[in-house]
Amino acid sequence: MVVDKQKIRKLADNLAESEVRGRSLWADARHRFLRNRAAMTGLVVLTLVVLFSIAGPWISPWNYEDIDWDVLEDVATLGRPSLENGHYFGTDDLGRDLYSRVIQGTQISLMVGLIGSLIAVVVGTLYGAIAGYLGGRIDGFMMRLVDILLAIPGMFVLILLMVMFGRSIVMIFIGIGLLSWLDMSRIIRGQTLSLKQKEFIEAAVATGVRPLTIVTRHIVPNVLGIVVVYATLLVPGMIMAESFISFLGLGVQEPQTSWGALINEGTKTLQHGMEWQLLFPLGFFVVTLLSFYFIGDGLRDALDPKDR
Amino acid sequence: MTRPDPLLSVRNLKVSFDIRRKGSLPWTRPRQLKAVDGVSFDLYPGETLGIVGESGCGKSTLARAVISMIPARGGSAVWLGDTDILQARPEKLRLIRRDVQMIFQDPLASLNPRMTIREIIAEPLITHHPKTPKHQVTERVRQVMDRVGLLPNQINRYPHEFSGGQCQRIGIARALILEPKLIICDEPVSALDVSIQAQVINLLMDLQKEMGLSLIFIAHDLSVVRHISTRIMVLYLGNVCEVSPARELYDRPLHPYTRALIASVPIPDPEKERHKQTELLEGDLPSPMDPPSGCVFRTRCPRAQPLCAEQKPRIGDSLDGHAVACHFPLD
Repeated sequence: MVVDKQKIRKLADNLAESEVRGRSLWADARHRFLRNRAAMTGLVVLTLVVLFSIAGPWISPWNYEDIDWDVLEDVATLGRPSLENGHYFGTDDLGRDLYSRVIQGTQISLMVGLIGSLIAVVVGTLYGAIAGYLGGRIDGFMMRLVDILLAIPGMFVLILLMVMFGRSIVMIFIGIGLLSWLDMSRIIRGQTLSLKQKEFIEAAVATGVRPLTIVTRHIVPNVLGIVVVYATLLVPGMIMAESFISFLGLGVQEPQTSWGALINEGTKTLQHGMEWQLLFPLGFFVVTLLSFYFIGDGLRDALDPKDR
Repeated sequence: MTRPDPLLSVRNLKVSFDIRRKGSLPWTRPRQLKAVDGVSFDLYPGETLGIVGESGCGKSTLARAVISMIPARGGSAVWLGDTDILQARPEKLRLIRRDVQMIFQDPLASLNPRMTIREIIAEPLITHHPKTPKHQVTERVRQVMDRVGLLPNQINRYPHEFSGGQCQRIGIARALILEPKLIICDEPVSALDVSIQAQVINLLMDLQKEMGLSLIFIAHDLSVVRHISTRIMVLYLGNVCEVSPARELYDRPLHPYTRALIASVPIPDPEKERHKQTELLEGDLPSPMDPPSGCVFRTRCPRAQPLCAEQKPRIGDSLDGHAVACHFPLD
């Protein structure tokens, strides 16, 4: 057989090539995610919404709390969305610029969603992973505590907190933060239990790696895929919870606002023929939530290719 | 003949698991599964102790109990003549674990899929010498990779990019990086195909010669164990049947179970294989929840006598190192 010496040499050179960069599972997942049209659309739309909430105020001549007295005499006709008087989304029934108020609401609602999920991710993941890894009585105790907290209706606690400590955005953060990590910790505990049996955990134990290091180095990175997926699906839940509270009139305090509060006001003025006051905030609400769901689906498909 | 002091000296080691039946009340006494029932052995520096037995006989449990990864119910495992591993405090145990490493059966499952090869191999080093500068860690990882026959330029790759044999080499590299005194190999080649098995076995033997390692080598394949072991211990249902120098065991098995095991090894020559005289064992391994009285092997033993049911055979000491636990040994 004739061997092409040059080819062999080339192969040898290739093998001896310095430092082959590996493809991590994260890189694989990113690749799959980038090819998912729905998820990418969701991501683009969400980015636009975020950019809008950051850069939007520069375009508007109005502040979210100032009342336009000119419009106030007939908001149903003068307060219509128009480019001329600077009320791009119209005004609300008090003559305040809806465009600026929607921006303000977007900021608050996104913040509630993100902070709530962040608490859920950090606390829930660590709590669940530690309970699952340690096992035995500690696990039993930690999980019964979660069960007890879960048994209390969350919305009830939130409303109670609002009534007792007064309406404020900080109180909403605290309330949602208290409740959001419970489900997460259960999911992560389950995952940890199955991960614990894996031989690479055993290898780490045999080497003498400390339990807390095993949790952070070996367990958390391996459950992170599920955490990310669940967190993106959690954000809409948080936003809805806040919106519901605000819809009831217990959420953020005037003149600050959120999507829920805006939608609430919008439904009230619908009968005066001010449909824009409902449609703009509702549109943002629906579009953002849909984007989150699409991103969450895309992440799940990307991180868990076996499930398809 | 004077022998050096044993590296590890295990006496009367017992491991049992509590089995609760479904729906049993919490205060009822759980039933005991005796996975390892009074095993004793000595391991000397530089030797390889092969442990064989069929599935479920307690090989892996024994190996894990010896380094206190599974709590033992009794007995002792004395390390270097002074510390009982089973009683050691966590800090002392960490020090011992620096000198004892483990290699596992499933090569891919024993590597964290989210870590690069560099991180995986460096983990023992970073755990026990956290202050090592980064370039030294990398340098050391490259050395070990080279030693086990991995290309050092693959240092940034991930486990799923390697074959089973390569993954096992990574596992070996991880076990070697601290230059331990003892490596416990839990069926390290069972998941590999035959040609790779030979490579891995030869690698282990080379490393042993070079670094003066001791190995505890667990397998259910006698031909593999024979190749690598200095001494072989045969386990059956958590009990030691026979301990013997490797060659002696094959030439002159004393326990009926050992003979049946040896006879069951396939011969890679179809002509001979067809005419081989084999006495196959009847029946299955009895349940370790409810082991037979007396000699645990008597239910399947072709030579069983009434005495076997009454009295448990003790494993005797013998000068040539060939000990057997049987009332009616062969030969």
